[in-house]
Amino acid sequence: MYPFADQALVFVMLINFLALGSSRMNVSVRAVALQGVTLGILPGIMHTFSWHLLAITAGIILAKGVAIPWLLVGAMRKAEIRREVEPLIGYIPALVLGAIATALAFVFAAKLPLAPEHQGLLFIPASIATLLTGFLLLVTRRKAISQVIGYLVLENGIFIFGLLLTEAMPVMVEAGALLDLLVGIFVMGIVINHISREFSSIDTSRLTALKE
Amino acid sequence: MLYALVIIPLIGALAAWLVPSNRVRPLLLPLFALLHVAMTIDAFMATPPPSAEGWIALDSLGKIILGVTSVLFLVCAVYAVGYLAYRQERPNRVLCSGLLVCLSAMTLATISHHLGLLWVAVETTTLSMAPLIYFNRNARSIEATWKYMLICSVGIALALLGLYFLAYSTIVARQEPTLLLEPLVASAHHLSPSWLNAAFVFLLVGFGTKMGLAPLHTWKPDAYGEAPGLVGALLAGGLVNCAFLAIARVYQICMASGNVQFFQNALVVMGLISMAFAAVFMLHQSDFKRLLAYSSVEHVGLLAIGLGLGGGALFGALFHLVNNGLTKGVLFLASGNIHRSYGSKSREVAKGALRRLPWSGGLFLAGFFAITGSPPFSPFLSEFSIINGAFGQGRHLVGGLILLFLAVIFIGMAATVLAVVLGKIPKELPKTTYRDQFLTVAPPLFLMGLVLILGVWMPAPLQQVLTDASLLLEVKR
Repeated sequence: MYPFADQALVFVMLINFLALGSSRMNVSVRAVALQGVTLGILPGIMHTFSWHLLAITAGIILAKGVAIPWLLVGAMRKAEIRREVEPLIGYIPALVLGAIATALAFVFAAKLPLAPEHQGLLFIPASIATLLTGFLLLVTRRKAISQVIGYLVLENGIFIFGLLLTEAMPVMVEAGALLDLLVGIFVMGIVINHISREFSSIDTSRLTALKE
Repeated sequence: MLYALVIIPLIGALAAWLVPSNRVRPLLLPLFALLHVAMTIDAFMATPPPSAEGWIALDSLGKIILGVTSVLFLVCAVYAVGYLAYRQERPNRVLCSGLLVCLSAMTLATISHHLGLLWVAVETTTLSMAPLIYFNRNARSIEATWKYMLICSVGIALALLGLYFLAYSTIVARQEPTLLLEPLVASAHHLSPSWLNAAFVFLLVGFGTKMGLAPLHTWKPDAYGEAPGLVGALLAGGLVNCAFLAIARVYQICMASGNVQFFQNALVVMGLISMAFAAVFMLHQSDFKRLLAYSSVEHVGLLAIGLGLGGGALFGALFHLVNNGLTKGVLFLASGNIHRSYGSKSREVAKGALRRLPWSGGLFLAGFFAITGSPPFSPFLSEFSIINGAFGQGRHLVGGLILLFLAVIFIGMAATVLAVVLGKIPKELPKTTYRDQFLTVAPPLFLMGLVLILGVWMPAPLQQVLTDASLLLEVKR
């Protein structure tokens, strides 16, 4: 089962670069949705069939692949925004940084004291690389929606690590975490909507009234 | 019984959502708050048995926080009736429902012994508070809400990663993978130390963001400054305690693991940094609500230090949790009244509150003396026992630094508070309709009374609960 999982994780890491390198938000939103769906399928093929597993897989795919992109596209349409205009660092430097982060993730993962059955798998490096990509997006993008996308990528990175411990996380907790993520994005969508109405832009670099 | 504590506020939230009248709706808040207090007292009298798999249980640590939350919420709920009567121009459906959802989530956090469930509860408190910070619906409050949402969400996500690391440490150690508190404490000394350390760091950063430990506190002044007074009171006296509880749960596991030095030092250092940040930023703070936010940063720092010192300071830290929650309630509610009356929260405009609003001004002043650790109020006792704990362990540097920061903070806070309370009323003030009245003064007055009573007399049951809870956090060898 694991070879397929490894291929899927390579795909997930490639999507990180797509999110880092594209200026069109439509592409970014779809990329993150695709990433979420890919990750949603993984627990379904890694473990033997059970109704619990089916419910979780369906829940993740619906939340990350349908509901969240729908909320984000809705927020984008209302805010009339299509592109990230001027990120704090350009797309090429961001891609280079992403590549460095991914390489470092592999180096770092090789040094971690993993359980023997997880040695040599891509889960840990993919998780760290995705996490770092999320951070990179969060701190270098100015538009509120791009920051939400960064948060989602970060969340996906954490989710990859969680795949290693499906036994420890009972279904109720996973469902609760998923619901919280969904509501979180919903609230963020509303806030974005209000930011765009209040400032006629969703550029968060304009949010500077509150400071010392 | 314990389930009812969580479910009843949710029913209240639903009811508040369905009630069409803006005038009647706030009355649901004290009603459900009273129910909650009654059930809490009942649960204290006869501790309900834990749920079958040990997910839900009320221990002494949970009792302290549940008690404070319940009392503080009742006070805020009564205040809300008076406050929202002034703010009839604003729809309050979201506020009332959000408050009750938040109460439910805070309750769930206090009684959950499964760390995953605890995480879900803390995350739910974050989400339910976001619309409340945005109550005033202006550019400043949207900015505060956005920062709060993004920073806390990322923090909480990192805490989830920390939980995963914790669970992974059981797998590496060939234990049953679990996130239940009791099995983790029992098997703590078998857990993989490096994964446990990593888990602790991420959980401290994650829940520390929520708690507002510096340098992760950046959302706090904005959110506390822009939120209505009663929301600020609940943030500073309720949510902070829930995040502290989450850190304390992790601390319980770490203390049982044997190698305690790393964890304790991390907490002490974080706490000292928080106090230092607060001291610096309070010196020239002219906005009195932001001032209170930095005061909150200071006191979560103090709590972290107390937890990190361990031993005798634990009792002080837990007692301080109670005192800080109650006193912050006084300060935020009183400052909300002053803000309403002057239409400004700057010390340049809002001056002479003692003459314009004798009750709120007086309470603000008394609250200031209490929170900065002046006798005879209870924070004096708890701060004293934390400092005493530091010197008692021979950690003179830590004790000395706490004293230094407390002195600087007293001066910084006094400059603004005294200007607001005692200054000369400016000639041209915008006309506002707010005057002190029973419903907005009695709640903080009641809290102030509690703070005073606890300062001179410690009831035996509280003493018992605090002692039991500090035993839970002791190092187990």
